Amino acid sequence: MTIQFNNETFRNDYSFRNSPWAIKRFPFPFHEDSYMYSVNMEQHRGGPAGSVYEKRFDVDEHYLSEMADRALVLADDPLRCQSLPHMTLAGWDVLELIMTCKSEDYPDLFELHRDGNRWRWINKPMGIDHSFTFLDETTLPQGPLEYITRQTQGDFAVLDQRDEMLWMDAGMITTQADWSLDFDIGMNFFEWHAPVPLAHEMGIFQRALKFLLNVQQGAPARRLNWTMTVNPLLDTSPENYHKWGVQKTTLTPENIGAKQHLRVELQTFFRLPRSNALLFPIRCYLIAFQDVVSVPKWGRRLHRVVRDLPEELATYKGFIANRPLMIEYLSRFDDGLPTSPGIWPDLETEPPLQK
Amino acid sequence: MSKFQFPESITSRPVYGTLAPRPGKAHLMIADAEGAEAILDLAAHEDGLMAKTHIIYIPKGTGETYVEKLRALKPAQFYVGPSYPASVQRLRRVLSDAHMGLQVYLAGTEGLMGQAMNEAVTAGIPHSAIQTEHRGSTARRMQCVHCKGITEDVTTDPFVCSHCGLNLFVRDHYSRRLAAFQGVCIDAEDPGNVPPAQELYS
Repeated sequence: MTIQFNNETFRNDYSFRNSPWAIKRFPFPFHEDSYMYSVNMEQHRGGPAGSVYEKRFDVDEHYLSEMADRALVLADDPLRCQSLPHMTLAGWDVLELIMTCKSEDYPDLFELHRDGNRWRWINKPMGIDHSFTFLDETTLPQGPLEYITRQTQGDFAVLDQRDEMLWMDAGMITTQADWSLDFDIGMNFFEWHAPVPLAHEMGIFQRALKFLLNVQQGAPARRLNWTMTVNPLLDTSPENYHKWGVQKTTLTPENIGAKQHLRVELQTFFRLPRSNALLFPIRCYLIAFQDVVSVPKWGRRLHRVVRDLPEELATYKGFIANRPLMIEYLSRFDDGLPTSPGIWPDLETEPPLQK
Repeated sequence: MSKFQFPESITSRPVYGTLAPRPGKAHLMIADAEGAEAILDLAAHEDGLMAKTHIIYIPKGTGETYVEKLRALKPAQFYVGPSYPASVQRLRRVLSDAHMGLQVYLAGTEGLMGQAMNEAVTAGIPHSAIQTEHRGSTARRMQCVHCKGITEDVTTDPFVCSHCGLNLFVRDHYSRRLAAFQGVCIDAEDPGNVPPAQELYS
């Protein structure tokens, strides 16, 4: 299908909207009526047609506006994209992976022509037609990681692998759930996850690390993660928290449906061929509560998850103060009926709201 | 002075040990303030260690308290620096001249150990050749996550960023690359509502 790109903002007037198409394909993160941490990994080998799982790097209606927002963030703070000196080769791996995947998966939008190391990259939505020499940094306007991730939705952490450990040694991080690349760069897997409550004690990170160390070339993996954001703000960075934190206090019973957003990360993991690094894209999808509850199954389930979430998690995810307001709003869309297993909307088979 | 026992914390927070003599052709000891006591204890363990040792010592608030005691250990080289920043050039030179088998001993405040550790690792000294022992103040070196400025010797939570003036709370999340803990705005969601500052670990 041809994607109609939105012209929208993720700041100031917040004109971001999801079309009915985007709502229906939203990666709803709860496969049952409750939530707890788990090593919820699965293979990233496509998915139902039209779903966010179908392509290796999903492109949707928000593409151009997200790239414009990323450019604004980087202009304000170039430290959001960093690469330690030994990670340049991994950056070229990332560039190659994204260019080949996008040109194969979206041939109407992206083209890659290769003649040895002389490459020509065409990004039609962004109006880019650029010839360069693969592995020659002087032929690109930025480093390879920054160049390609200025053209690709989602954050990107590039993890070096050595001593049976993963190290956060490069990244493009502008749509993050409140963590700082500039602070965390160079840390190992356990260190950068240190602030996460409960999961260490549950052995989540030990098992996740073991899985990730063994991700093989050509066999990427994926999982969903989630949090909450007031207003469709992509850049919920700690750097700017003193500016956006106050927005959390603007929720009212009247505006919560439009203002409160469920924020879902589609996290994928790709082994890179030359560097043996692991590419960790973290793609952020936002949806307003009023759009979530337009799917009856999701309305029922989100209410139950938010209501029953352990206090530590609600605190860590930053919505403990707003939880009563959220529960009050969401309860109007929960009639107590059972829900079908799995994340899909099941619009044809799930009953409409009975109240 | 008794050693402070840090409570258990998150995995990015450094933990410190007790300096012990190790075999080596050369030894580099870097300490500030009460960190001198750890060197004195270490020297008492083993004869002959000091003859192969270079001490870099920054007295900070302790003035002359430990200087003569350290000198009396008869280290091969002894340098007393007025501040850590003033000593860094010398430290880098010493590390660049180092040979395989150098043993590094760090003692004193977290800020000193973190920064010197960074220099040593950058110079290629393996982690396994570096020991640390905390002595003296529990003051922290903090980075403001908002303006990136470093505030040295923070002893209270919250504190005021010495660069941008925001009120920051003290996290245990620690970056070895920056040799600093993270400070985050405490009143972002309720501007002006800043709880009274409390001494760390009080």
